[in-house]
Amino acid sequence: MNLDFSDEQKQLRDQVRRFLKGNCPPAAVRAILEGADQYDAKLYQGLADLGVLGAAIPEEYGGVGLGHLELCVVAEELGRVLAPVPVASTVYLGAECLMQAGSEEQKQEWLPKISAGEAIGCWAINEGSGRMQPSKVALSFDGKTVSGAKAPITDGEIADFAIVLAKEGGELSLCLVDLSGKGVTRETLDSIDPTRGQAKLTFDGTPATRIGSAGDGWHIATQVMDRAAILIGFEQLGGADRALEIGRDYALERMAFGRQIGSFQAIKHMLADMYVSATLARSNCYYGAWALSSSAAELPIAAATARVSATNAFQHCAKNNIQVHGGMGFTWAFDCHLYYRRSNALALAIGSLSTWESLLIERMSAGNVEAAA
Amino acid sequence: MDFNDTPQEAEFRKEVRSWLDANAPKHLEAELKRASFGSNGLESEDPIKASKAWQKKKAEAGWACLHWPEEYGGGARSAMERVIWSQEEGPYSVLSGLFTIGHGMCGPTVMEWANEEWKERLLPPLASGEEVWCQLFSEPASGSDLAGLRTKAVKADDGSGDWIINGQKIWTSGAQNSDWGLLITRTDPDVPKHKGLTMFFLRMDSPGVKVVPIKQANGASGFNEVYFDDVRIPDDQRLGDVGNGWKVSLTTLMNERLSIGSGMSTGFPELFKFCMDMEIDGEAATANSGVRSKLAQFAVKQSGLKYTGMRAISALSKGETPGPENSIGKLVAGATMQELAMYALDLQGEAGVVWDEDSPQNGRFQAMLMRSPATRIEGGSDEILRNIIGERVLGLPGDIRVDKDVPFKEIPTSGKAKA
Repeated sequence: MNLDFSDEQKQLRDQVRRFLKGNCPPAAVRAILEGADQYDAKLYQGLADLGVLGAAIPEEYGGVGLGHLELCVVAEELGRVLAPVPVASTVYLGAECLMQAGSEEQKQEWLPKISAGEAIGCWAINEGSGRMQPSKVALSFDGKTVSGAKAPITDGEIADFAIVLAKEGGELSLCLVDLSGKGVTRETLDSIDPTRGQAKLTFDGTPATRIGSAGDGWHIATQVMDRAAILIGFEQLGGADRALEIGRDYALERMAFGRQIGSFQAIKHMLADMYVSATLARSNCYYGAWALSSSAAELPIAAATARVSATNAFQHCAKNNIQVHGGMGFTWAFDCHLYYRRSNALALAIGSLSTWESLLIERMSAGNVEAAA
Repeated sequence: MDFNDTPQEAEFRKEVRSWLDANAPKHLEAELKRASFGSNGLESEDPIKASKAWQKKKAEAGWACLHWPEEYGGGARSAMERVIWSQEEGPYSVLSGLFTIGHGMCGPTVMEWANEEWKERLLPPLASGEEVWCQLFSEPASGSDLAGLRTKAVKADDGSGDWIINGQKIWTSGAQNSDWGLLITRTDPDVPKHKGLTMFFLRMDSPGVKVVPIKQANGASGFNEVYFDDVRIPDDQRLGDVGNGWKVSLTTLMNERLSIGSGMSTGFPELFKFCMDMEIDGEAATANSGVRSKLAQFAVKQSGLKYTGMRAISALSKGETPGPENSIGKLVAGATMQELAMYALDLQGEAGVVWDEDSPQNGRFQAMLMRSPATRIEGGSDEILRNIIGERVLGLPGDIRVDKDVPFKEIPTSGKAKA
């Protein structure tokens, strides 16, 4: 039994952590929050140069050819520092989708650029408010072009390519769209977490190629989102752990009634409960990492498990980190709201908490009762 | 990452399996699998006899107390081998419940603090299950605040050196079946509370010891009160120095938390099965979105505990010390079990109030509902566990203790409600 990362993977974690300490301090996150840029381009290029973006991409497509466990390690570190970069859109979703279902030509064209940090992707599935479901897709694909609108799309404003879920005849297909093509309109959307950009994309006869077979779009999208759910789960885990640490440190520093506030049980127990959430999430994410790296049959259940648990943990730790800080936690100057914003934005990415709760039980029911033990 | 054994682990597992296959009391398997909450579920045989017989058989073959040295009747096995044994023993491990406190807590304390003669006398029959031990710590007025205990030990005035014990203990599991007890007493009320304690062990059939079962809130009687009325204990049965009882008790309590890989149940597999078998509005309950949300939240707690245990086992397998993450086990399991039981009754509608043999799964969820408050208190209450996580894992400051430097006899013993 070895439900842990290897020494080499832990070394990679240390290396990425050091890099992010120098290149992604809170000031870098704030620069995106308060400035005009949609992401930190210098940081993103640095991650590419470090080999992080191509960690799980095979060498024949310009990647580093490590694996998904390495990508999990990286994701946790990016989550800890709230890195304002389009890694989830481009790597966990874009590259994963191409590796899972893309044609040789599609892979040759985009994977090397993804690895090098030269192409940013976006995952254009959603259309408007309400739970994501097949019946809501109106955007159409005629075999050569797509027309319609998608929103909200994370990183839609800065992306070079989009993976679009479209109606083809009566069925759903997944399409690859080069966003430099004609008929693309982008509109920035304001959001609860401006450190990650949201946009509306409108297509009007924009050239597109299908990914996989016609009618296979929802199936492929589901598989890709399962894989991404584990990686985003690791980002949430990193964020939860860091929010807990920030809260703990403040509880040690801050004095009230003549004592460190961490000596009050009301505060101590709140922090203990945050530790419990983060620990459950870590263990569930490790289960997800194992399933992802070994493409186990349990992957769909492990993905939903990791995702639900990590969402719980990050939301819990981020909101209670503010509570531990009291009024200071609600100031713009303290970083607590950055974690609160990201935790609530990530809770909705690729399907909300209730969507994943539902998927988990649907999948467990389809398996057998043994799965519950 | 993988869930595979190392070659040595696989070899050991094979050895365990083949011994169990040839020796386990298979005629009891079905009954033991139905076990729940404090009872080992046996009806066809006397549960105490069955437990002792299985323990003796294990001891004779070297499978008892795997973590103890061989000279005291143990198996001298590694922590990882212990984990593998407990995974393989499966339903038969229910038969070890009678010995949990003796093997897990009293034994290690005796091993650390008793003299060689006593160790040779006490430990082998404890390992083999011939003698059962209980732990006499909690009192009516000292639960979480264990060091506030009031059971008195004073030197006999006849010059024998013996100690005379008077007082009362409570929540003593298995006292009625025990041959020996590990007893913490107050020997000096004039010094601060932690400094005036002394530890002893005694025969439970000593004159003046009276065991009275407690009728619990759920109607069952798993615990006891134990009264001491001028009970005489030879000084030779003292563990550690006079006044050093707190330090000795820490050995016992540290061992209480060392149960690795014995993942506690939350009741989720049973709830899931119940939902698979029931319908709401003409469709499976598991298709209902409200049910799904609730079940998913229970599911991730269950699996989080399971994989937390596996992370600890992974550390053991590599020869490392597991991290503090296992400290969340009882805190999560107890609270989850209680919420889960309430939800299972909710799904039964108004009929959830009925608790009889026709209730779903023989009334398992009703029993869980009524037993779970104790799980959140016994062996460290939820609040004590949060203090431990806060202070030892997160490094937060301890509470300010107003009774720290006060002689024990001057500590107030009752508050007063405002009129």
